[in-house]
Amino acid sequence: MLKTILGVAAVFLLIAFTAYLSFYYAPIEKSMGVIQKIFYLHLPSAFSSFVALGICFYANLRYVFTRQPKWDWLGVSAAEVGLAFISVVLITGPIWAHPVWGIWWTWDARLTLTFVLWLLYISYLLLRSMLEDPDKRALFSALFGIFAFLDVPLVYFSIRWWRTQHPQPVILGGAGSGLDPRMRISYLLVWLAFTGLMVLLLRARYKLEALRAGVDELRREAEIQ
Amino acid sequence: MTLLSNTAVLLGKELRTEFRSRELLTTTVVFILMVVVLFSFTFDPSTSESRRFGPGLLWLAFLFAASLMLQPCFLREQNNDTLSALRLSVSDPFAIFLAKLIANTFFLLLTEVLMLPVFAVLYNVHILSVFPQLVLVFFLGSLGVAIPGTAFSAISAQARMRELLLPLLLLPLLTPVLIASTEATAALLDLNPQLRRDWLGFLAGFDVVFLTALWLFGEYLLEE
Repeated sequence: MLKTILGVAAVFLLIAFTAYLSFYYAPIEKSMGVIQKIFYLHLPSAFSSFVALGICFYANLRYVFTRQPKWDWLGVSAAEVGLAFISVVLITGPIWAHPVWGIWWTWDARLTLTFVLWLLYISYLLLRSMLEDPDKRALFSALFGIFAFLDVPLVYFSIRWWRTQHPQPVILGGAGSGLDPRMRISYLLVWLAFTGLMVLLLRARYKLEALRAGVDELRREAEIQ
Repeated sequence: MTLLSNTAVLLGKELRTEFRSRELLTTTVVFILMVVVLFSFTFDPSTSESRRFGPGLLWLAFLFAASLMLQPCFLREQNNDTLSALRLSVSDPFAIFLAKLIANTFFLLLTEVLMLPVFAVLYNVHILSVFPQLVLVFFLGSLGVAIPGTAFSAISAQARMRELLLPLLLLPLLTPVLIASTEATAALLDLNPQLRRDWLGFLAGFDVVFLTALWLFGEYLLEE
């Protein structure tokens, strides 16, 4: 309990601190202006969603081979948390794009990939809701999750060859990239804060799923007697 | 060796079941025909417009038709209680998938090739000179649809609201197939037709990735 409170407090403080950093410490971007500040929400959400979906894939694989319910709980928790972060990405993206690109949405590689990812993991959750037997639900959704994750690079490359106009990555190096050091430190901290938030949400959701499985178990026992 | 002979026997069973009733083939052909006709009302189907929109609508029609056609694949076994018998009859459960997969690809390809002349006539595009290349694109695309389609048909057969579930699982996953097949088809229907090797390679890669996944994980899909 104490650990949870400490964790929540730490992440809360870190988010508050990085919010201050990104609004007041980091300089205002020259060509885009204030609207660029939304990146401090957009990028770390995207990052957290990919990490969560990676965890989901790992949990799916582990479930198929070990059949321990805990991997199923981790899988569904990671999928839901990942989906929540993708939703943030999909909402903040157009808000940024409209003043900068002049359009809300364009069918560019990364946008489309994010959207297709969102649809794939919605399907994953829908599938879970339509399978009643807990063992079957765990196994089939894990298998679907593996197939869906394998699809991600294929979706990315197909759309990339098809058309793309997303800004090239400017943070992780490459020629012509470069960030103001104050921006860089803000990004790094906000990344850390959002990863912390992701882990907290994941833990809470995992515990909920474990409780729910326990309740189901008890209910089934009560029905048998 | 046993895998191949088992697959051959099961494939024979799949083909016999279908050609006795021809239910799937007839309904799929009629469905694609309806979509193609209805689509023609949504834009002006002159030659130049058809070149722009034709390949995409053709592949969308195929994808929707496939998500209906693949539905009974495992549902039939479920309803007749033949799945356990099937599992007991083969040493490698992959044979079951392989047979169903080959049969589904064949059915899809057959309906597509049947619908192609109709599409060409209705939308004023020339296909005769590029017919073999088109069949190659259709083959790789249909295989890409059939591999995950067969796998997910085993999943959706066990779920509630199974009729709705398969398209929901399948269609987002098939985004790469839709893009690659549409691009490859569009390049062949162009004024200067060309075979896009890059997209064909991509389709082949998609097929290999998911065939490997099915080979690795297929047996778990058949667990009771």
